[in-house]
Amino acid sequence: MALWQSIPFACILIPLFGAAVCSVLPRRIARGWATGLVALVMGLSCWFVMEMQSFQGSYAYPMGHFGAPIGNELKAGPMEAVMGLMFSGLTLICLIGGARRLEKDITEGRLGLYHALILLMLSALMAQVYTNDLFTAYVFVEIMTIAGCGLIAARAQKGQALVSAVRYMVMNLIGSALFLLGIILLYDLTGHLLMPNLREAVAALHAEGQYDLQLTIVVALLCTGLAAKGALFPFHTWVPDAYSNGTPTSSALLASLVSKSYIVLLVKVALRVIGADVIISTDVHDVMFGFGIIGMLAGSIVAIRSSDVRRMIAWSSVAQIGYIFMGIGLGTEAGMKAALFHIIAHAAAKSILFLAVEPLSDASGGHSSLSYLRGAGFRSPLAGVAFTVGALSLTGLPLLGGFVSKLNLGLAALDCGGAHAWIALAALALSTLLNVLYMVRIVLVIWSRGEAPEGSPAAVTGNRLDFALIMLITANVGLFFFASPIMASLQVGIGLFG
Amino acid sequence: MSHLTELAAIILFGIGFTLLLVDRNLIKKIIGFSMTDSGMYLYLAAKGYITGRKAPIVVNGVTEMEAYINPIPAGLVLTGIVVSVASSAVMLALTVRLYRRYGTLNIDEIADRAGRAGKEDA
Repeated sequence: MALWQSIPFACILIPLFGAAVCSVLPRRIARGWATGLVALVMGLSCWFVMEMQSFQGSYAYPMGHFGAPIGNELKAGPMEAVMGLMFSGLTLICLIGGARRLEKDITEGRLGLYHALILLMLSALMAQVYTNDLFTAYVFVEIMTIAGCGLIAARAQKGQALVSAVRYMVMNLIGSALFLLGIILLYDLTGHLLMPNLREAVAALHAEGQYDLQLTIVVALLCTGLAAKGALFPFHTWVPDAYSNGTPTSSALLASLVSKSYIVLLVKVALRVIGADVIISTDVHDVMFGFGIIGMLAGSIVAIRSSDVRRMIAWSSVAQIGYIFMGIGLGTEAGMKAALFHIIAHAAAKSILFLAVEPLSDASGGHSSLSYLRGAGFRSPLAGVAFTVGALSLTGLPLLGGFVSKLNLGLAALDCGGAHAWIALAALALSTLLNVLYMVRIVLVIWSRGEAPEGSPAAVTGNRLDFALIMLITANVGLFFFASPIMASLQVGIGLFG
Repeated sequence: MSHLTELAAIILFGIGFTLLLVDRNLIKKIIGFSMTDSGMYLYLAAKGYITGRKAPIVVNGVTEMEAYINPIPAGLVLTGIVVSVASSAVMLALTVRLYRRYGTLNIDEIADRAGRAGKEDA
């Protein structure tokens, strides 16, 4: 086995041990340590993507050289490599971009602990991308839940942050309980936990046709659990508070990465554990399709009615998660591919919005309500441009990543035919219209002439935030121009994923 | 063969899950969460038990596989218990902070008071 094939293992282990060390480091060193380790993981992921280009395949990595069915495995292919690079890269950018604000939001002594949580979260993200064992996935899901709770509650001087952390925790514990119950029942039925063995056993059970009811229950439990954690409508109730009360780094990370990692895991469960044909025979995908559509519309409608920009962005997340579930719910490979692309496109767009809204509201006297933001784009130009790019990408304007994902979702729906196609296309059109109503409205407000409210400090973004915003603008534009190679690698990846 | 243990596990899960979902008192929510998890672990342990066999610890040099039960469910239960202890601890820590700040354990009441305090700050 070549050295580079150990990268997935290193990507999980380095941040895990780094986090333990980070929690006892002094504040200044902790930040450098965490940023350095995240950068290291990103560098490794970059190398991994390049090696994968020439490797052209996927491989299983037996931990401790115990083979299946006893041992624990990692599995990596082109799609995992792309996801790993995206997760680590965005973690790095959000960490750098929110650094200045972190010093203000987090009490002195806690900065080291906050960075430890970020490292734990990265480790859990990587583990969910690469693991080939269902119970390992569950353990890392829980690590992620607890790390996410810490990230929300970190701004503890604000009471609402604590309340949203509790709300987040309750909904996530419900999700974990359902997911774990699904795993236990599946283990009970098949006697396996490693994904390839599970797949074989499930296929055999399905062919026999004797345990169809039990399999349906298991699929429903696994999907509901992960959908609850991924904040699909109607499990979204904690989202608006948690995203709008956290510090920008936390909000950006939670919205663009944490909820996505559960969806990546859901795709993994669907393709690698249960198998697409079994899922379709249980009709669970239609339920996800339906709730995805409701989420797409409901999220946007509430976003239009609210007046606080941070809450609008948070509600738009609910809508965007709906898009992803709609793509998965189509039940075709094209739908899955479009959903995976939208995971990347939305992550790039949402993190830019959460990072850019901070300097904009700073330049307007610290308010984030829409009426105060008039002309904020002129007071903090780079943040204004960045916000515009993110908002237009989510609306689906050409030359930006969001356009490609909407186009592909539409094409996938057309391919599907029948009632699915009509419902999906109508919902896409309607929700795009709703997106325009609030996203473009914010953009127009920040670029219209207006006086700064009393007591606004001069807009300072700082080098680090500037760097992060420029990187993210590049990413959003790049997703449009490099859409076809990314889609091609997702195509290959999905084939090798199962 | 009786399924009394599984039945108990399911009842435990049902009570716990309802508490976690419906009750507004934070402490009761945490108790509910613990019961939910205990119910699941009990179910798993019951499924892994084979009547008449012993825990998979080699004693008196008996190494035949038939003498022992499957160790994997027990291992999973142990891992799961660690996970749920950690989650309960986090929830309890949050509850303590919220109780000190707002003087109540009712989640709606807390959200109400926090919202009002937030408006006064702004």
